[in-house]
Amino acid sequence: MRDKQKQGSARTKQRIMDAIVHIFLTILSIIWLFPVFWIVLLSFREQKGQYIKTFWPEKFTFANYQKLFFETDIFNFPRWFGNTLLISVFSCLITTFFVLAVSYGMSRLRFKLRKPFLNIALVLGMFPGFFSMVAVYYILKALGLTEGPKIYLALIMAYSGTAGLGFYISKGFFDTIPKALDEAGMIDGATKWQIFTKITIPLSKPIVVYTLLGAFMGPWLDFVFAKVIVGPSQEYYTVAVGLYTMLTKENIINWYAPFAAGAVCISIPISALFLYLQRFYAEGMSGAVKG
Amino acid sequence: MSGNKDYKLTWGVVPVRTALSAGDIYTKLTTIIMGCGNFARKQWIQGLLFLAVELTFIYYMITIGVQSLIDFSTLGTKIGGEQFNEAKGVFEYTQGDNSMLLLLGGVVTIFVILAFVVVWRAAIRSAYYAQERVEEGKQPVTFQKTITDLFDKNLHKGLLFLPIMGIVTFMILPLLFMILIAFTNYDRDHIPPGNLFDWVGFQNFSRILSASGDLAATFWPILGWTIVWAFFATFLNYVLGMILAIIINRKGTKFKQMWRFIFALTIAIPQFVSLLVVNTMIQEHGVFNLMLEQLFGAGPVPFLTNVTVARITVIVINLWIGIPFTIIQITGILQNIPTELYEAADIDGAGPATTFFKITLPYMLFVTTPYLIQTFIGNINNFNVIFLLTGGAPAASNYYKGTAGKTDLLITWLYKLTIDNKDYSIGSVIGILVFIIMATGSLIAYRSTGSYKNEEGFL
Repeated sequence: MRDKQKQGSARTKQRIMDAIVHIFLTILSIIWLFPVFWIVLLSFREQKGQYIKTFWPEKFTFANYQKLFFETDIFNFPRWFGNTLLISVFSCLITTFFVLAVSYGMSRLRFKLRKPFLNIALVLGMFPGFFSMVAVYYILKALGLTEGPKIYLALIMAYSGTAGLGFYISKGFFDTIPKALDEAGMIDGATKWQIFTKITIPLSKPIVVYTLLGAFMGPWLDFVFAKVIVGPSQEYYTVAVGLYTMLTKENIINWYAPFAAGAVCISIPISALFLYLQRFYAEGMSGAVKG
Repeated sequence: MSGNKDYKLTWGVVPVRTALSAGDIYTKLTTIIMGCGNFARKQWIQGLLFLAVELTFIYYMITIGVQSLIDFSTLGTKIGGEQFNEAKGVFEYTQGDNSMLLLLGGVVTIFVILAFVVVWRAAIRSAYYAQERVEEGKQPVTFQKTITDLFDKNLHKGLLFLPIMGIVTFMILPLLFMILIAFTNYDRDHIPPGNLFDWVGFQNFSRILSASGDLAATFWPILGWTIVWAFFATFLNYVLGMILAIIINRKGTKFKQMWRFIFALTIAIPQFVSLLVVNTMIQEHGVFNLMLEQLFGAGPVPFLTNVTVARITVIVINLWIGIPFTIIQITGILQNIPTELYEAADIDGAGPATTFFKITLPYMLFVTTPYLIQTFIGNINNFNVIFLLTGGAPAASNYYKGTAGKTDLLITWLYKLTIDNKDYSIGSVIGILVFIIMATGSLIAYRSTGSYKNEEGFL
């Protein structure tokens, strides 16, 4: 009898605890989603400018999206979108090759300079990211790449040039692929290149996709590098720099709501990609061979 | 002869010294005429390539290289400007020296020389290999074989050549350039073209580090705030994120996937978007203050104008950004904690707080210390959050020429100094100092952690 009572009170306690937890999580979710919700709300708001008087818009409209896509004389959003797409496709291909090549080299090949390279990579990673950015800009300028359509080339090179240093995750993945597979290939007379392309890469789908998508997203997310390299020529802006420009003091009055519309348009595909990517990341982390 | 072949037991790379002492006359001549050894073994293409490299290098040094090294030491002597030409009776514009380009040229020449030394050593090795093969009665390696080897025996060279060239061009060369700038007086008063800058030794360092330097009153407070920020941004996110992950992960919680999805969603949105939006929300007339007024009748909170409030605001908003990252990183590890530990604790009558501090936290700290160190470093360099959220506001008039605000980190100050104010030399010194702080800090941290000392495991 007493036991049952005790059990019962423990269960009530448990229920109260569960209720508290769920309420707590709901409140946190609202806090977390609030800015997301706010951007969407903003993008449909009719009222211009940053200083709003009511939380809920008085009138909803699609005009902001229209302005963003069709009033291209001041801010050419479709063009920025195209620029970013072009840059990210090329830089993602180069980056992926660089990352996979270096990771494979560090994981599977043994040569004299391997250890020194690993150490140098560690040290280089400790320099503040854009410490050298100004110098990169001058190098690109000295190469004559900071004007006209060559800016595309400059940005692609800037985004993918140092990609070889980002090898840690995929090296970790390659390390988990059994060496016996390589040896089997070698006995069958495959060259090391063939082992890399015909055995390792097909086994590494999650990490290849992860690298590809991660590199693809880079130019959409970065804005510091693009801002420094592109400079004032608006026609070569990437989306991030462009949207940032909409919020500068002289533009914010007219472009705050279209900015929100642009943010929504960019965030949806990028979030989808990111959430998709997360799956491959988890898969990649758990190694090539499932236990 | 056999003593000379010991190298084959290690990496198969013959030391240049061995190649020179055991090499015949052709191999030795290769030191002066590159490709000579290859020609002697009828490896025409290899020989021609080496020779071409040497001739190009000599041509480069004669036409540009030597002069660029001289200019590198002086950083230019002629100031450009208008001068009166008496013969023609007009003002003429003369092109002065551009110190910046001269510095860059000097760095490039140094890299060209280093690259040449690498090729030169390769030429000697190649000559010696050919000699050795002939002595062993084999055919010297054909050019075709050299190429196919890049995909097999020498795959590391084939695979790594381009990535390393990228790293050298876009990372090491610019880094060296920026480091050198720290030793010049390249600032807004010495902008080429039109003005020259010059080597000044350690003067910039003493301006920042010595107590009487004019930058010390800016540097030390910003460094202090940077460390405070990095500490809170790292550990608050870590502990709160872990608690949340545990709450989502506990048995009674329903819709686990949904909660995780909601938190992951905020990471998925590009940071520049969410941060810029939050920036507009915390303005004096932003939506937060609007809601405070309409719901509670409270006056505007000085999110961006009061130093303490602004600093707390960025740390709190960073929780909004950082906690989801922690949840994603930690959930997997949490599920790996051996359940026996909890069962044992349960039998001993330990409450949730005790199990958290005695089991979960120590276990997590053990596994995630490297991740924590990385996050800490990342936060010291957390450019995005500060730059997009506050832009360094509130302004601080007592900081050096007003270049930094009260929430500026060293890294955003570096950005403002170089990009907005063109105080390149000081910016460069700050970059170097940040590097030194981070490198020593992470080295000490790594070495003193359990997971470094003992890779074997927690128990």
